[in-house]
Parts: sequence; structure tokens; C-alpha cells
Amino acid sequence: MPHYKNTAGCSTVKMGVPEKVVIPMVQHIGAPCEPVVKKGDNVKVGQVIGSSDKYVSSPIHSSVSGVVSDISPRLYPGGVSVMTVEIKTDGKQEIHESVTPPKYSSKKEFLEIIRQSGLVGLGGAGFPAHVKLSPPPDKPVDTLIINGAECEPFITSDYRHIIENSDSIIDGIKMLIDVLEVKHVWIGIEDNKPEAIKLLSGITDEDSTIDVVKLKSRYPQGAEKMLIYSITGRKVPPGKLPADVGVIVMNVNSVSFISQHMKTGMPLIKKIVTVDGSAVKNPSNVEVLIGTPLEDVFNFTGGFKSEPRKVLMGGPMMGIAQFSLQAPVLKHTNALLAFDEADAKVPPESPCIRCGKCVSACPMNLLPLSLNFNVLKGNMDELHNLHINDCIECGSCSYVCPSKRHLVQSIRLGKAQLRQAAAKGGK
Amino acid sequence: MENSLLVTSSPHIRSKDTTSRIMLDVVIALLPAAVSGVWFFGARTIPVILVAVLAAVASEAIACKALGKELTIGDFSAVVTGMLLALNLPPTIPLWIAAVGSALAIVLVKQLFGGLGQNFMNPALTARVILLVSWPVQMTNWIIPDAVSSATPLAMIRGKEAVEGSLPSYLDLFLGKVGGSIGETSVLAILLGAAYLVYRRVITLEIPLTFIGTLALFTWIFGGNALFTGDYLYHMLSGGLMLSAFFMATDYTTSPITFKGRVIMGIGCGLLTGIIRLYTNYPEGVSFAILLMNILTPLIDRYTVPVSFGGEKKVA
Repeated sequence: MPHYKNTAGCSTVKMGVPEKVVIPMVQHIGAPCEPVVKKGDNVKVGQVIGSSDKYVSSPIHSSVSGVVSDISPRLYPGGVSVMTVEIKTDGKQEIHESVTPPKYSSKKEFLEIIRQSGLVGLGGAGFPAHVKLSPPPDKPVDTLIINGAECEPFITSDYRHIIENSDSIIDGIKMLIDVLEVKHVWIGIEDNKPEAIKLLSGITDEDSTIDVVKLKSRYPQGAEKMLIYSITGRKVPPGKLPADVGVIVMNVNSVSFISQHMKTGMPLIKKIVTVDGSAVKNPSNVEVLIGTPLEDVFNFTGGFKSEPRKVLMGGPMMGIAQFSLQAPVLKHTNALLAFDEADAKVPPESPCIRCGKCVSACPMNLLPLSLNFNVLKGNMDELHNLHINDCIECGSCSYVCPSKRHLVQSIRLGKAQLRQAAAKGGK
Repeated sequence: MENSLLVTSSPHIRSKDTTSRIMLDVVIALLPAAVSGVWFFGARTIPVILVAVLAAVASEAIACKALGKELTIGDFSAVVTGMLLALNLPPTIPLWIAAVGSALAIVLVKQLFGGLGQNFMNPALTARVILLVSWPVQMTNWIIPDAVSSATPLAMIRGKEAVEGSLPSYLDLFLGKVGGSIGETSVLAILLGAAYLVYRRVITLEIPLTFIGTLALFTWIFGGNALFTGDYLYHMLSGGLMLSAFFMATDYTTSPITFKGRVIMGIGCGLLTGIIRLYTNYPEGVSFAILLMNILTPLIDRYTVPVSFGGEKKVA
């Protein structure tokens, strides 16, 4: 698979304040937040605008200062309707009084600070960080893995983050070592990023608890289960979490955010995103305020060189196609890609020739061609025998298929159908 | 612009591999074997190859039309079938038999079962076996280079048609200077083509290596007058083994999809070939062995569903 890391050399450029920001009340896996501001309220940078009592949730903060101009359900970039707060900015970026450097003296306090910071897994899934960092007591964690693999093509925002913020990454790791009491920390980086490996190896040279691991550049190397296996040789069983094998995985962005947050108290309100793709005039890395509409980000980089026909939030393998450029940048957005007509086109499917390339490509040892066949035939019982729910939806099977079959797409469909059947009281 | 955005499920990029490119690679890989046939058996083999290929493509076109399906001759799979069949026919075969074979392979074995990817037996091999039982004389009319007619090396080693001492040398077997089907005699040419397929990642070696290895082991143990005295090298270099192991047993549609399944397929092919070669009235058993394993393929696939990454083997 080509890497297309066109923007590896593009230093992060800071984008200014957009006219308005659009902030959905779900930017994480878990319970949605309720808006805690009203239309017409003045808000400041770092002010909580959405929160939830539920444990598996993460509060949402304003990334700007301005006036709440609308609160209404809107279509979320993932395709479902979500309560959304729109804020007209005043450009002053006044900081809210709640933003002060936090202090902690226990693990419990540390985790509460993390929770209030709004941190979610920044690698893409958006799992609330305080939950991830609190494994149940019967699952002792001895290993922390820092994910800097960045295996998706095109995306270089993690790479730039390492190059530009290496000190805060290491600081964050040291805080986590103290709090989590882990024995060892591995920083996993794919070998197509030699400068990042060199830089972090240099800094951690003296430290025997932190090691940088050079990983083979092979998609989906950065997928949690693959990363854990490559580094520790431990296999996370189907349906289990990393903590079940004594591991916690954090993205490089997440750890550096933790160290910055402890210094300033500023919650998660900005993100570095890679802007690239065949329709983009100037591929670049941009630091963007969360809630900025995609159109503003593209325009900031110089706009399009040809009409975009497909716009992705995330990478080309697992990113979500957007139906509107008014969609906002979210907490876990790491790339915005825009493709022209030629790249947007979906090739026609032809019959499966049973070449088995999808079988060799599947990191989970599944049989994508058989899953595809049984989903299309509606053989729901067979899907369990073929372990359909173990699919991590990395897309490798569809990528390699010479017949251009929509393999992972049909597997997603099959999973959804099984969920529906289960909800109806079936098996 | 808003409404012009295309929304699809990921992934949004696809590799450059295509079915037609894979088939074209197989055609390219068969060229050395075809050239060796022309070299050893003369220009008479050229029309056989051409007729078999043209008949296969024409049959595919007619079948698609008759069955109301999209025309699929552009994927080159019919060319592969025609070529494989031709290379498995004797050099003296009447052209009309070659044409009938191609039509049978495409219409009966492939299209009537649903077309590309749906046939449960290898089309070219099935057609060859149908021809063998239908026209046994024409299908076993062998010639060897520099001679009028002769037996194949496998018929000779069974002592039925020639005396000891006139067996071809290993070198002649390797180069292909022996009696046999058009494209099966030259191990050298076949290995060249196979190396290309491996390089292009069209085939993997699980099936060919286990197939050839099992047959070698079997003929070494049971092929001689006493146990462990068999001339396994002779068996490895003779007959349709090499062509079939690399080009027929590896046929995607009719072979298992997992590593384990493919190993079972290869071992099964090797065992069956050995049994047929040593204990039946047929000197050669490669075609029957592969067809039998083709039929077992769905069963093998069913019992070799891999354990998911990190999963545990089910205790029976």
C-alpha cells in the first residue's frame, strides 16, 4: 500500500478563529453530553458547554469566545443526528476563568482532571481517556504503549506532533508512569518515520523504562490489537480490551495533551489535522480549533485545485466520507482529505475469483470472501461461525481485492443486521 | 458543490490489482511452456493452441449471450482455460477435438455453474478428462521429439511398452525432450512461468510444494521393488505433475482459501496421484487427483475456518 505521506515535511500552521464554530454534543464513544449553555449566552475559551453525569462520557468545551447562536439537532459527521451548539465568535479569544493549572495528589484526582479536560482517544476512536486510564483492579496493567504508528496513508499529523512536541510527549509519559505505576513504556512508530524514531530515541536514551520501537510500516500496524502484538507479543482475545493483557494504549497526541493540560489547564479545544488529497491545492498540517467547519479549514490552506467529489474525515482506509463541507472538525479528527472525480469513483464490482488475497490481508485471520458471500445471501447464522464480530473494519480486504468487491462494507452491513436481529429479541 | 459530494463506506482507496491483470499474468506465465511445446513437437502444436484459445473465447461469448449475462471475455479467464487445455493435449490431437474440449470447459463446466468463480471443478482439467474417456485413442497418441510415435515416460517406467534401459535421462525430462502433452514435458519452461507467477504474487507455493513433496515421498517409499527405493526424481519430473501442480491445482476457484486448506489440498493431490500412478491402470493420475480434491474443496474450506487473532481453539 502506498503511504502518500506528502505532508510529512509540512510544519504545523496555526489557523485563526473562524466566524463560527459548530460543536456536536457527542465527540466520543459513550453517553452524549447535554448542552449547559443557552442560545444568546456569552461563552469564553475553555468554558464547559456540554456535560453528562454518565461515567463513560467526556465533557465538551468551547474552543472560542463569542455568543451561542444556535442549539439544535444536526447531522453529525458520522451520519446521525446530534444536539449541536453553534457559537458566533467575537475574535477576542478571552479565556474562561475556570482555566487554571490543575493540581493533583492522588490517582483519583489525576483521573478526575483528565475527565474534566475533555480528553478522548485522539487516535481516531474517541474513547474517553479517563475510562481507558482506569482499568478494573483485577486487571493489573504493567505496560503502557504510546501509539505513534500512524499507519493510515496520507496522515502525518501525529508525525508532525512528535517532531514539534517531543518534550511534552515525554513529559506526559512520565506523568502516566507515576500515576499508572506501569513497569515499561513502549513508543511504537512505523519505520517510514525515521526522524521521529531518531528524535524520541535520543530523548529517551538514558531512560530505561521508556523505549522507542521501530515498527514495520504495514497497515493496519496502528490498530490497537496489532500494535500490542507487534510490541509485546501479547494477543488481545476477541471481545477483550488491552487491559486484559496488562496494556494501556495511548496516542502520542493524547499524552502530550496531558502534559500541556497539567501546565495550563486548557481543556481539549484544538487539534492538528492533515489536509491533503488530490483535490487540495496546498497539502498541509493545520492546527485547528475544534468545531471549525471543514470548508473554512480547506479555504485556509488555499482551497481546492479541482472540484472535490469526496471529502473524508480521517484516512482513506477508515475515514468517514462527509456529505457537507459545513461539518465541523471534531476532537478525534486527524485528517481532512478531499479527492477529485477520478479518485472518488468507486470501481465496479466483479465476481469473486476466490484468490484468497483478502484472507492473507486480514489481520484478524477472518475469511472476508466467505463473510461477504453469507451477508449477501442472508445466511445470518453462518456469520457467527465465521467470527464476523471480530472484524476491526480496517478495510485491508476491500483494498487488496482484485475484483473490487465491497468486502468490509458488506461485513459492516452484516454486523448491523445481527445487532438489529438481537435487539428484536432474536439470537 | 454541496450536493456533489460522494458518500461511501470506507476504504476509499483500492489497490491496482484487477482480475484481468491476474489472468493476463497467468497467460504470460504459460508462454514458456507453450514455446517448449512448439520447440519439441513442432509447428503442428501452434494451431492446436490457437484453436483451443479461440474456441474457449468464442464459447464464453456465446454462453454469456445465451445466458443473458454481461460479456466477460475481457477478463482473459477464457484465454487461460483455452491455453491450459491446449497444453494438456497430445501434440497430434485433431483440431476439432481441441475445439470441443474448450467448448465443454467453458460452457458445461464454467458458465452453466454460474461463470467465473463459481465452477466447482477446474474447467480445463475436467474437459481434458472428458476428452480422455470420449476419444481415448486420439488422447493418448504420443510422439517424442525426433521420433514418430512413442510412449510417455510414465508408461515406460511401468514396463508395459518399453524395456529397461531406454528410459529418458533426468536431463531430458527436465528439458522436456520426452513424449507427453504439448506443454507438460518441459519442467524448465514450467518452472520459469511458475517463478513469474510467484514473483507477481498471483500464486502462493503451499499447494505446489506439498503436492510435489507428497508425491515424491510416496513414490520413494512405495515406487520401487522394495520400500524406500522408488525413483522419486523420475516421478517428479514426469507426466503432468509440474504443469498441474503450479497451474491447475492452484486454480483459485477450485482450491481452498486458507493456508491450512491449501496444504491439505496439496497433500491430497500428491497422495491420490501417487496411488493412481502406482496402483491403477492409468499411468498418470494428476488430473483425477486434482479433480477429486476440487470436489473436496468446499468441505476443506468449511473445516479450516481459522481461529480469529487472539482467539482460542474450540475444544471439541
